[in-house]
This record gives sequence, structure tokens and C-alpha cells, in this order.
Amino acid sequence: MFIFLIISFIFAIISLLLPRIFGHKKEEPEKNVPYECSILPFGDARVRYDVQYYLFALLFVLFDVEIVLLFPWALIFKNFANPIFILIEGIIFIMILLVGLIYAWKRGALTWRA
Amino acid sequence: MLNMISYELLLFVLAPILILVFLSLDVLFLTWLERKVIARIQLRYGPNRTGPFGLLQPLADALKLIQKEDIIPKTADKVVFTLAPIISFVAASLPFMFIPFSKFFQISFIENALIFLLATSALSAIGILLAAWGSNSKYPLLGGMRAIVQVLSYEIPLVLAVLSIVLIVGSFKLTDIVEFQEKNTWLILLQPLGFLIFFISGLAEASRVPFDLPESESELVAGFHTEYSGMKFALLLFAEYIHLILISILITIFYLGGWLIPGIYYLENIAITIGNSFNIPSHISISILHFIILIIKAHIIIFLILWITRGTLFRIRVYSLPVFSWKGLVPLSMINLIITAILVVM
Repeated sequence: MFIFLIISFIFAIISLLLPRIFGHKKEEPEKNVPYECSILPFGDARVRYDVQYYLFALLFVLFDVEIVLLFPWALIFKNFANPIFILIEGIIFIMILLVGLIYAWKRGALTWRA
Repeated sequence: MLNMISYELLLFVLAPILILVFLSLDVLFLTWLERKVIARIQLRYGPNRTGPFGLLQPLADALKLIQKEDIIPKTADKVVFTLAPIISFVAASLPFMFIPFSKFFQISFIENALIFLLATSALSAIGILLAAWGSNSKYPLLGGMRAIVQVLSYEIPLVLAVLSIVLIVGSFKLTDIVEFQEKNTWLILLQPLGFLIFFISGLAEASRVPFDLPESESELVAGFHTEYSGMKFALLLFAEYIHLILISILITIFYLGGWLIPGIYYLENIAITIGNSFNIPSHISISILHFIILIIKAHIIIFLILWITRGTLFRIRVYSLPVFSWKGLVPLSMINLIITAILVVM
């Protein structure tokens, strides 16, 4: 498992080192300027971005944690002794998720206000 | 005994190298395929000068990229800028550890392969974010932000669609999923809605055309890899195509029966007989057969992706991108999960 990790790292690093051998290098002052449609860049590039991105990330964290809780449920579902019990439990849990989604929907968290 | 040890050794050292080499060659082939298919759809010829049907074009491109100068913008964060392509390549190729290329050939045989697979396939977002932030330029940052919100939004319907499969199969092992389809029927027939959800969110995860906002050429120059050139650009491109291969292989394994085709038993017997005449153990010859079938099926999926989406669809707006997932796919996949659970109990 870790061998794959190491080998793919080596693979990537070797391919990054290839241009050192075969590539060429020519210094020019304008070459290393960040690209901005052929004008000189002004201001800091790290601009403030829309808060909406943050909202979606927050929603993702909430839902992902809840979905992680669903994984063991899905795994034992088929061979569980009492199928009706586990089905109703699962449906209640997913309904709670859905209610949370509908709440976020009604509060307008899912609408992108430009 | 000696045979077993050598097989283990093969699996541990040679298999990762083989898979990475295969992935690289396949990416080269896919760049050619994409250009050719799009060209034919648009009534052009596409690459046709280098080699038969222009098949050597990707090799020429690779040679050109190797010879390119390695440019690092002066404002960029040099460590992050260099690390980003490496990390996105490694993160994109990691999920292939857990993919069964045949009944006997999987690099890491673990019980919870599915969880590791989902976890590692989501890692590629980190590479994109590093590339966007490290460039310290305006277009890459915008592209990176879009990429992150896209990956985060479409991760949830993807995982929920996979969960419905786990409900039916009752196992986290991918080989069990294929075995289930061997005994019963292909899961696309049991999970048509789940297939659709997985297909759409897979496209978004691989940022293919209706969802190629992270690098929309007409708005953001090239998105998160605007500042990249040479081999670093090549690695980012590799990561993207490897993600496409991953998604199509996953679609094949989850919904289209993996290496199963009608009449697989006859083919397996033929493979064993051919293997015996070259003194190859039967499980290796079966593995080769399964691998070939799986790859052909995955490439049919890739061709469909190129044809249906890249060739015909348009890019959706950035405002409707996460909204489509949260208001459409997430509730739909939850309902799909409930319906699946009820049907499994019945």
C-alpha cells in the first residue's frame, strides 16, 4: 500500500526533473510576471472571495459527517436480524438529514446571491 | 511456495509500476482520442500528420513538454507551486490501489476498500487548491475556488449513490460488488437512478465538460493551471485524465459488471488454455483477460463521456453549479437511498 504511494511520488518527481536535463533556460524580466491578459498585474492576487463558497463548504462538512454515520448502517443492513427495525431507523436518520437540507434551503443558503 | 512468494513480490513492487505506466500510456492515448473525437464531431480531421491517424501526436506533445522551460512566476509561493502538481498526480493515482482490475489482481486487498477509495479520490481537490493558491495570480485563484466548491458539492450525491450499492451488496469490497453482479444482474438495472446520479457527479468530480468551470477557457484563461508550463502542466493534465479514467472504471465496476460480459466463462477457459501453453498460471491469464475487458468497457464509457458531454453539451453557469447539486442531486440521492432500503427489505 505504501509502496504504491512511494512509487507514484518517485514517478512524479522524476517527470519534474526531466526538464532539468532536456529543457532550456533563458532569463527574461517579463517572463516571470503572473499572467493577467498581457497587462502588468496590480494589487494582491489573493483577493477576497464570495462568502457563498464558505457556506457551501460548511454545508458539505455537516452532510459529510452525517453520511459517514450512514456507512456502517449500509454495511450491516442486508444481514441484520431485524430488518424492519433497521429500515425504520435508517429512514428516520435520512429524514433528519432531509429536514436539515430543507431548512438550509428555506433560509436561502442554497441560493447563490451574486 | 516459491511461486507464491514471487507472486506476492510481483504484486507488491511490479504491479504499482505497471499500473502507473499503463495510466501514463492511457492518458497519452486519451488526449489523442479526445482531440480526434471532438474533431470528428465538429467535422474536422483532428491530429493526422504524425503517424497513422495522428496516433503519435501525444508522444510529440510529451517530448515538447519535456523540452519546455520550467517557469515559476516571481510572486508565486515556490514550495507550494512545485508541490501542487506532484500532490495532484499522487492523489489522482492513489485510488487505483483499491481498484480490482480482476478477481485476483488488486494492489491492496483490504476489507474497507470502498471507504479508502472514496477518501483518496477526494484528495485531488487538495492538489487543485494548492496549485491555485501557490500561483498567486488572479485567474488560478478563481478557478481553484470554483474547483473546490464543485468537488465539495458533488461529493455528497456521489457517496450516497455508492451507499445504495453497499445496501444491496452488503460489503465494502469491490470484488464483492462484482461477484454480486455475477450472481444476480448488473447493478444498472437495479439502480438506474443511482447510475444517473453517479454519472453526473462523477463528471463533476472529474471536471468534464458541463462542469469544467475550474478551467473554463473562455472565462478564466485556463483556470488553476494558468501559470503552469512544461512538465508541471503535464502532471496536472495527467491528474485530470487519470481522474477521468478512475471515474469511468468506477462506473464500470459499480454499475456495468466490471469484467463481466456474457460468455465470460468460455473466454476464461480459452484464456486458461492459451496461458497453459505458455506455462502461465491460470489466475494470471484470467487476470489479464479481466483487465482487458474492464479497460475496454471503461474506454467505452470514456468515449460516451466525450461524445455526449464534451461534444454536445455547453458549460453550466457558476451560480447554478452547486445549486444543481444541493437542490437536485442531494435530495434525489437521499430518496434513492430510502427506496433502495425499502426494496432490499422487501
